[in-house]
Amino acid sequence: MTTAPAPPRRSSATALRWKLRREAWGRTWAKFRANRAGMVGLAVLLVFAVIAVFAPLLADSHELRVSAASGPILAPPSRKYPLGTDDNGRSVLTLLIFGARVPLLVGLMATVISMVIGTIVGMASGISDGWAGTVLFRFTEWFIVIPFLPLALVLATLLGGSLLSIIVVIGITGWPATALVIRAQTFSVRERPFMERARVLGAGPWHLMSKHVFPNVLPLVFANTTLTVAGSVLAETTLSFLGFGDPTAVSWGTMLNAAFGTGAVSLGAWWALLPPGICVIVVVLAFTMAGQALEDIVNPRLKEGR
Amino acid sequence: MAESPNGATSADPRKIVKPVAQGEPILQVRGLVKHFPITQGILFQKKIGAVKAVDGVTFDLMKGETLGLVGESGCGKSTVARLLMNLESITAGSVLYKGDDLAKLSGRALKAVRRNIQMVFQDPYTSLNPRMTVADIIGEPYDIHPEVAPRGDRKRRVQELLELVGLNPEHINRYPHQFSGGQRQRIGIARGLALNPEIIIADEPVSALDVSVQAQVVNLLEKLQNELGLSYLFIAHDLSVVRHISDRVAVMYLGRIAEIGTDAQIYDHPTHPYTQALLSAVPVPDPDGREHRERIILTGDVPSPANPPSGCRFRTRCWKAQDICAEQEPLLEIRKGLSGLGAHDSACHFAEEKDIVGAA
Repeated sequence: MTTAPAPPRRSSATALRWKLRREAWGRTWAKFRANRAGMVGLAVLLVFAVIAVFAPLLADSHELRVSAASGPILAPPSRKYPLGTDDNGRSVLTLLIFGARVPLLVGLMATVISMVIGTIVGMASGISDGWAGTVLFRFTEWFIVIPFLPLALVLATLLGGSLLSIIVVIGITGWPATALVIRAQTFSVRERPFMERARVLGAGPWHLMSKHVFPNVLPLVFANTTLTVAGSVLAETTLSFLGFGDPTAVSWGTMLNAAFGTGAVSLGAWWALLPPGICVIVVVLAFTMAGQALEDIVNPRLKEGR
Repeated sequence: MAESPNGATSADPRKIVKPVAQGEPILQVRGLVKHFPITQGILFQKKIGAVKAVDGVTFDLMKGETLGLVGESGCGKSTVARLLMNLESITAGSVLYKGDDLAKLSGRALKAVRRNIQMVFQDPYTSLNPRMTVADIIGEPYDIHPEVAPRGDRKRRVQELLELVGLNPEHINRYPHQFSGGQRQRIGIARGLALNPEIIIADEPVSALDVSVQAQVVNLLEKLQNELGLSYLFIAHDLSVVRHISDRVAVMYLGRIAEIGTDAQIYDHPTHPYTQALLSAVPVPDPDGREHRERIILTGDVPSPANPPSGCRFRTRCWKAQDICAEQEPLLEIRKGLSGLGAHDSACHFAEEKDIVGAA
């Protein structure tokens, strides 16, 4: 709050609650700031986010059109084309800037889907003792042992190559790991005495889930989200590289695909290959570092084992 | 439900379906048994035995009284509490609340009965959800039983409850970690009172607290009993605390009740050897008294509840044991030859008074 210090008075319940919540976030932020790897990751992510959001200001989207490409084909880096040109004579730098949008968008959206499914399935299988919990757990395990790539390729083929379908494909293949983490946390919450206390009062499963389990697994969901985004970005790049992405959208994966497909590698045109590859690695690494830092804060016990 | 307009305390006239007079039994426990199965195998589980945690416990809880339940760790005290709260399924026996068998109730009827029997837990640190405010914790019973308090009335009720247990009603939006252990236990008690119960089952309510704080909480419980006419089942292993608060005391050993009587009968005129041994272990603050009293040191360990001794369960450690103790199970009854305060229910073939000097 930027207003002058208010005279001591009784604030309303909601105001106080928000104040406490802000303080809790403040504490988390203070711990996060102390984590150097986390801060580096966050800074890198911010840079990429700014690039993705302001791409039209940083580069001319006109240059993305193959028909409008004016440069030489596969020219090495020069003053006019700082990162050279691709096989269509387009500036690699422009492609790189616009190519950041799809991986980040797909990564975030797919993660939302993964998180929602993973959290619901994880909590449900953690809270129910009977056959329902067992069935959900086995279902999760079954999903986790299916190799990601074949499943994603089959789904991508079935759903067609649009941006939305890629999001859905990555979302519904990425949830099992989250479900297992949430299930484990649900188990730990379930055995705490306050759950028993609620049961003594006659609380039903819905009350237990929404009032007790969910708020207690939520921090872990947040930490897990950041780690899952890294996986989703990688998954998007993989699918695009293999040609299962949206053919009309530029992404780092499609850039790699084009570089591979048109023989840029054998021609020694490293500028078509390395920049998108490095960007993918850097973004995934940044998400992992930030996510790891967040997880250490949320679940300090994990750190002891490392 | 008719509300009393003057809300100084929350001692509302409660809805009594079947009125129970002071001193009448409100909760009757008859032959309560809980066996936890010991299983073997993963896919095809085979029952190879049972831990007889509670094996035939019978007692009455009168309206307005405090019944202390004492015994060493693992004797089944807490299991009795959990059975009374329906947290575990009853293997055999019955729990009658005003004549209704709790084991046979389900659904709506069970929920209604549950409202009248509430519990105060041992650990005030883990039994409060760290992510809920005091308002949410004490008001939670109203979420589960919305018929007790209309939504607009809840905040006022929570504040009344806080006041009743001696906490500042202004602290309604604080989180548990902002309170001390004793204050947290008060929150736990306030929450137990939220639904205007008639019976409070307190499972070791003070054993996690500092000695100075213990006294405050015990006194609070006594004050609430006087104001609200509550009945307590007070489970503890601290004999001094139990003596302080209880009207009657039951001593448990290995899933059974060894002796039951008023606090004067149990503490000053114990007739069961186990009670005598237990009392002789109570620390005495007076150094003179300490020198004069006899310490009964029991040999051996408590037998496994999975395989309890035949006959009297205490016989393996008893200095009075005879052949009959292994053959015949001693009933919980008044023995011949005992008079005065010694004449109370005791499950020993050779029950006799023994003065434990300066105990408690």
